[in-house]
Amino acid sequence: MNIIVVGLSHKTAPVEIRERVAFAPTAMEKPLRQVAALPGISEGLIVSTCNRVEVYAVSREAEAGIAHLRHFMADYHGLPTEELDSHLYDYQGEAAIQHIFRVASSLDSMVIGEPQILGQIKTAYGYAAEFKTAGLILNRLLHKAFSVAKRVRTETEIASNAVSVSFAAVELARKIFDSLTDKTVLLIGAGEMCELAARHFMNNGVARVHVTNRTFERAQKLAEEFGGKPILFDNFVDHLPQIDIVLTSTGAPNFILGHKTIEEVIRRRKYKPMFFIDIAVPRDIDPRVNAIENVYLYDVDDLQGVVQANLKERHKEAKKAEGIIDQEIGAFFKWLASLDVVPTIVALRKKLEEIRRAELEKTFGTLKGLGDKERKSIEALTAAIVNKVLHQPMTLLKKSQNNPAGESYVEAVRALFDLDLPAPEGKIECLDDQVGE
Amino acid sequence: MSVNVLLFKITLLLYFAATVLYLVDVLLHRDQAGRLARWVLVGGFTVHCATLVARYFATGYTPASNLYEALSFFAWAIVGTFLAFDLRYRLAVLGAFSCPLALALMIMGSAATKTTRELNPMLDSWWFPVHVTLAFLGDAIFGVAAVAGVLYLVQERMLKSKKFSTLYHSLPSLQTLDSINYKCLTFGFPLMTMGIISGAIWANSAWGTYWNWDPKETWALITWFVYAALLHGRLTIGWRGRRAAIFAIIGFLCLLFSFLGVNWFLSGAHSFKALEGR
Repeated sequence: MNIIVVGLSHKTAPVEIRERVAFAPTAMEKPLRQVAALPGISEGLIVSTCNRVEVYAVSREAEAGIAHLRHFMADYHGLPTEELDSHLYDYQGEAAIQHIFRVASSLDSMVIGEPQILGQIKTAYGYAAEFKTAGLILNRLLHKAFSVAKRVRTETEIASNAVSVSFAAVELARKIFDSLTDKTVLLIGAGEMCELAARHFMNNGVARVHVTNRTFERAQKLAEEFGGKPILFDNFVDHLPQIDIVLTSTGAPNFILGHKTIEEVIRRRKYKPMFFIDIAVPRDIDPRVNAIENVYLYDVDDLQGVVQANLKERHKEAKKAEGIIDQEIGAFFKWLASLDVVPTIVALRKKLEEIRRAELEKTFGTLKGLGDKERKSIEALTAAIVNKVLHQPMTLLKKSQNNPAGESYVEAVRALFDLDLPAPEGKIECLDDQVGE
Repeated sequence: MSVNVLLFKITLLLYFAATVLYLVDVLLHRDQAGRLARWVLVGGFTVHCATLVARYFATGYTPASNLYEALSFFAWAIVGTFLAFDLRYRLAVLGAFSCPLALALMIMGSAATKTTRELNPMLDSWWFPVHVTLAFLGDAIFGVAAVAGVLYLVQERMLKSKKFSTLYHSLPSLQTLDSINYKCLTFGFPLMTMGIISGAIWANSAWGTYWNWDPKETWALITWFVYAALLHGRLTIGWRGRRAAIFAIIGFLCLLFSFLGVNWFLSGAHSFKALEGR
């Protein structure tokens, strides 16, 4: 049984292609059932996000299965195969396992370490489980992928630093203030990024978010949303001494806060630190303000610089994550190999033959007076019993090779008879041999 | 080798191990190393306590009568202070700087002579342990304040220049470092003041005069004024942050000079050479 994957992602296909092959989350049953019904394929799973569309499957023949999946991707969306083919990648066996581990750990994401992809894969698995297209192998594979992703998240710092401007602002505030719970934020002006940052500050527990705007109604509306106070734009400077964090993004052509003003404000605050985040272009705050003691000023470029540095850090951590994934692939692949029918049959025969031999020797040891003839018939008898007992399980196992539920028989037999992992390939000569003579 | 010297060496080794572990935590971002470092340091501190007790029983007086003993006592006080702060703040980075400080003092101590000798009769007073304990505890707390001050300046520099080094992720917030500065000041200053007063009372009972203007006394007074200025600035004018950090560092440098420099470069009643009675 082979694990295979065919798909495309932001790395191989532009959005115009990606949007045409995306699977709607509301209608997953039909494509999943179609995948599972493809010849030679026993299990299927579809991951469809805005950055990637991938079909995972368990197939008897790797190459044939991949060809079927490639056709399915094109046919299902009514696209010519030739057009899609150059954007599709495929993996099989260990490479496919490595691929899903990397995707789930967010190493293959556009922003490395972003947390959404794991949730999206969990959702995809949810559909496959619901429509019963995920069987023994995909179940195990996905659960392993989730645990690998968790390991990566806890053992590396891949997701520990902000990679968006608004989160970077919150992180910087945490490096200035020991706790945000008693801090007051003032939002000056309105802008999408500014409001987003204010929301992040709210979620990180600041005490209050006040709002000022040239249009007072707008200030009132936003203040209501944040549960803060609207402040008249004309005298917001008078309120600054009570403010710890200032977020500004007005459309003003000149600086609205100058060096002198802030010097006066910080003195009135008894030099308690202040953090200014200026997201406006052109800037709202005189850059010289950053030189004032206990005042920290970050403009949009500064924040972008922090984000870039953090991204670099993530790429470094990704290397560690690859190491973790390599460790985990080996263990999973071993388990997968143990599901093969042939080595299981060999191992089962070997086990019973060993038992038979051991018991025979015990018996012959106590019954010293047996002649050759008697010995022969006892041997034949025991061999016949073993063969009779084995007949039905063997037939079933052999048949199960072509049966989607086959792996569960194999696993059951391994558990029931306590069989070890298969010996290295190449020793299958006694597959159809009868035990004994 | 007497028991207390053996224990001293074990302490030195444990402090060394803790220092390495703390540095691994801070520089390579291995949290486990920091957690281990804490336990190694607690172990080292325990052995260090035993060292001091053993030394006390071997000599019969408070182990701060010569340079070796004083350095060891100072290191003990610094580690104790750090561990006390660690209960509240859990800052590996503070350990990564405090531990090497204690370790350096211990190494200097191990280079100094360890032989015990008859106590200079002048030191044979009830005031001796009181004076040195108060003085060293105050010194140690100011040592931690200086470490926090250095960390503050590093962190502030990075935030202002917007260039972040590998240390950035281990550093706590500026406000946390500043509050350590303030806490150290409120504990350290009274201890130091009492240390000086107890010394003066002792001087009066031993020599009949409260103040001799010997170099150590002069430098202690200068140090005291630095910290007094800082405390005053903090409480009345709202000095904080960078300025407080710089003062804590200057104060500690004065303090180190009055502890070591005076012994090495100047002479007087506090010089260990004089105390050893030659």
